Amino acid sequence: MQNYILEMNQISKEFSGVKALSDVNFKVEKGEIHCLIGENGAGKSTLMKVLSGVHPYGTYSGDIIFEGKIQTFNKISDSVKAGIAIIYQELALFPDLTVYENIFAGNEVKRGGVIDWNQTIVQAKEMLNKVKLDVNPDTLVKDLGVGKRQLIEIAKALSKNVKLLILDEPTAALNEDDSENLLNLLQELKSQGITCIMISHKLKEVIHIADRATVLRDGQTICTLDSKKDEITEAVIIKNMVGREINDIYPKRPEQKIGKKILELHNWSAYDPQLGRNIVKNINMHVNEGEIVGISGLMGSGRTELALSIFGNAKGYKLQGEFIFYGSHRAFKHPNEAIKAGIAYVTEDRKGDGLFLSQDIKNNISASNLKAISQNGLINDNEEIKIADEYRKSLYIKASSVEQSVGNLSGGNQQKVSLGKWLFVSPKLLILDEPTRGIDVGAKFEIYSVMNKLIREGMSIIMISSELGEVLGMSDRIYVMAQAEIKGELASGEATQEKIMQLATQ
Amino acid sequence: MNTINEAKNLIKDNIRDYGMYIALVVIILTFTIMTNGLFMSSRNISNLLDSAGYIAVLAVGMTLVIVIRHIDLSVGYAAGFLGAIAAILLTQAGVSVFVTIPIILGLGIVIGLFNGLLVASIGIPAFVATLAGMLIFRGALLQVTEKTGTIIIQDDKFNAIGNGYIPSLFQINGLHFLSLIVGLLGIIVYIYSEISNRKNKIKYQFEVVSKNIFILKLLFMSAIIAYITWILAGYNGFSWTIIIMLLVVIVYHFLSTKTVLGRHIYAVGSNPEAAHLSGINVKKITYIVFGSMGMLAALSGILFTSRLQSATTTAGTLFELDAIAAAYVGGVSSAGGVGKVTGAIIGAIVMASLTNGMNLLGVGISYQYMIRGGVLAGAVIFDVMTRKKR
Repeated sequence: MQNYILEMNQISKEFSGVKALSDVNFKVEKGEIHCLIGENGAGKSTLMKVLSGVHPYGTYSGDIIFEGKIQTFNKISDSVKAGIAIIYQELALFPDLTVYENIFAGNEVKRGGVIDWNQTIVQAKEMLNKVKLDVNPDTLVKDLGVGKRQLIEIAKALSKNVKLLILDEPTAALNEDDSENLLNLLQELKSQGITCIMISHKLKEVIHIADRATVLRDGQTICTLDSKKDEITEAVIIKNMVGREINDIYPKRPEQKIGKKILELHNWSAYDPQLGRNIVKNINMHVNEGEIVGISGLMGSGRTELALSIFGNAKGYKLQGEFIFYGSHRAFKHPNEAIKAGIAYVTEDRKGDGLFLSQDIKNNISASNLKAISQNGLINDNEEIKIADEYRKSLYIKASSVEQSVGNLSGGNQQKVSLGKWLFVSPKLLILDEPTRGIDVGAKFEIYSVMNKLIREGMSIIMISSELGEVLGMSDRIYVMAQAEIKGELASGEATQEKIMQLATQ
Repeated sequence: MNTINEAKNLIKDNIRDYGMYIALVVIILTFTIMTNGLFMSSRNISNLLDSAGYIAVLAVGMTLVIVIRHIDLSVGYAAGFLGAIAAILLTQAGVSVFVTIPIILGLGIVIGLFNGLLVASIGIPAFVATLAGMLIFRGALLQVTEKTGTIIIQDDKFNAIGNGYIPSLFQINGLHFLSLIVGLLGIIVYIYSEISNRKNKIKYQFEVVSKNIFILKLLFMSAIIAYITWILAGYNGFSWTIIIMLLVVIVYHFLSTKTVLGRHIYAVGSNPEAAHLSGINVKKITYIVFGSMGMLAALSGILFTSRLQSATTTAGTLFELDAIAAAYVGGVSSAGGVGKVTGAIIGAIVMASLTNGMNLLGVGISYQYMIRGGVLAGAVIFDVMTRKKR
């Protein structure tokens, strides 16, 4: 007889006729760290939404048994009352409020109907201790980095006497250090008897931390692996996730002929007047024709800022230094100029500043290059649909038509639309910022294949990525950034994870 | 049977777009029945459309302003002020109509661009910037009309804009000939453009609606145009106001749906950061949209002043709110990037129909405001509900 804190039996859920979950069985033992794994669209989020009461009782079939009782959650607050807390990928904190206000938001410490702020601060300190976060509770949340915000979310959950903590891709936005921290904290919480469900795409973490792991695919439970009995390895997980063996998730490419230098930066610096400091310092780098240059580094090391300073100085920095692109010595002043010169930038934040979510696929794909499908300012609608449809097919975008709204697509498909939009401007230099963040293995492979095809056609690519494996697997050369500077350059042959991390943590 | 199913699906998929047309039809039918047909009389419809004109052109501009996530509260008094300037030019300075109108439209553009400057370049929230403008123009209107009070305009050409009709040439069975021609031309142009559109789609091997539905749609739309034309021809024909309104809609509809500029406007509204990174000049678009709003405010001022044949000290009061209401009834969303120019016109006509119908029924002004408020709330509720369903 095992001691389950949570049993989800035969859970099925439909969205307007489409089965998102069919007869999913998911059991979590008391006091374990249980990882939930699956491709995007496998049903992980839906399952957690069913559990937390986002999808109320009655809209799904099957039973949720939590602490021995069948639960009928009608809203989120019901599940919170029972002791279940979810921390989503997009954090739900109030940036303009202090740490202690955030921790007790919605759960205020009251005396006689009035908030007892002193007691709040005392208790907040306690919670911060528990999550090993050393910040002044008076600090505004917007002044903290993502890693610390994540911990505050956990502190917030702990303040509600959580028994089951659910984390949706907690480390997706964290650098290696912060991730490590967070995982250690989860172990610590486990020893205090808190059960944890973690959704993750990072298999290394899963292997590192999971007591057990359940793999979902297409809305069904594929298997549950137990670290005590089975050996949990990347190969086993991936095989179960996709149902086929992926020997090498980085597609091989034939020896590539590297051409002449197309982009050179000498003593390149960018000053952000809003932050009052240099966010890019003394960069010396170049990009050759037909190569993939990887830029590695931890979050906040200035990688995105470097990309934006190249891409038409999109954020209005003060620039210094020498900039040479195809022999022209002039830096671009607006993304428009950069696009005209042949640079494209696929943002790391596709929802925030990449896509027009309320518009359809075709409008998104054509947005940066309406010139190509218009004459005298008049858009040729049919040409637009035709071209968008070509990208839909060549990038394997899963959608019923190009007139489907982008907001309804899954993350991987949104990323492909974002990519398609920039391929349509036929750039000479494509800057990819975290091209595979938060998307599933299958879509990743497809994006890598597209990248290889592009450099074969003579395009150059700068790829910014937090995933070391991706940088190592795809790049011809790697620059490692830290503290707004380039700390080192590695050829693909000599680069290893250790070497990169060493440079990045200087 | 297939045709019926297809039609059902079409309506289901586009309920959000058709919603306000259905609402308009319901309102029209209700009032027609309650007034024993008086509502649909030629004279009343003609009056109704004329009275909607100056709000409708504002609503068109306002829709685009709201699409790019801003608001313009200054347009009401800007219209009043510019109308007064027009009156002064015509009466005191003796400038001809054909010079006055371009000057006023130009001034409107300048005012709009100034709003654009405050919002786009200096970064003041549009609500505050244009609220300031509203106060300033209110003061300016009082200032220029202070000595004279109401300025009566005796220029027939100018007054015709708000009160006159296109010439008839001759009558057929008591019907206005030129209006019939205009209506006929409208139907021909409509059918031609739909057919060439369809041909083009077929050439590209895209899916098109079945032939039956297509013909049904053509017949239906043509019948509506014909009916409206027939009603208007039964009175004095198309008024200049209606012609101006139609031109504004056609031009703005075309600009917003078929051109790069239009696409850029919706892109900026949908996601300003993404638009910037897509190489779109967000500032320029903001300037253009506010500039166009200013020009339409000037046009609205001209229409209103000419309709009253005079510039009054209170002209333009609450125009901005009526225009905003019409835009929202017409389906614009404050979240940005959503809203159609055609919707704005329908919204304006819905609001004008309510006023007109309730006046015919002798509903007290207090109830009129409440009912119009209810319809505005209802329209937005409908919009939110239908969007959730998707």
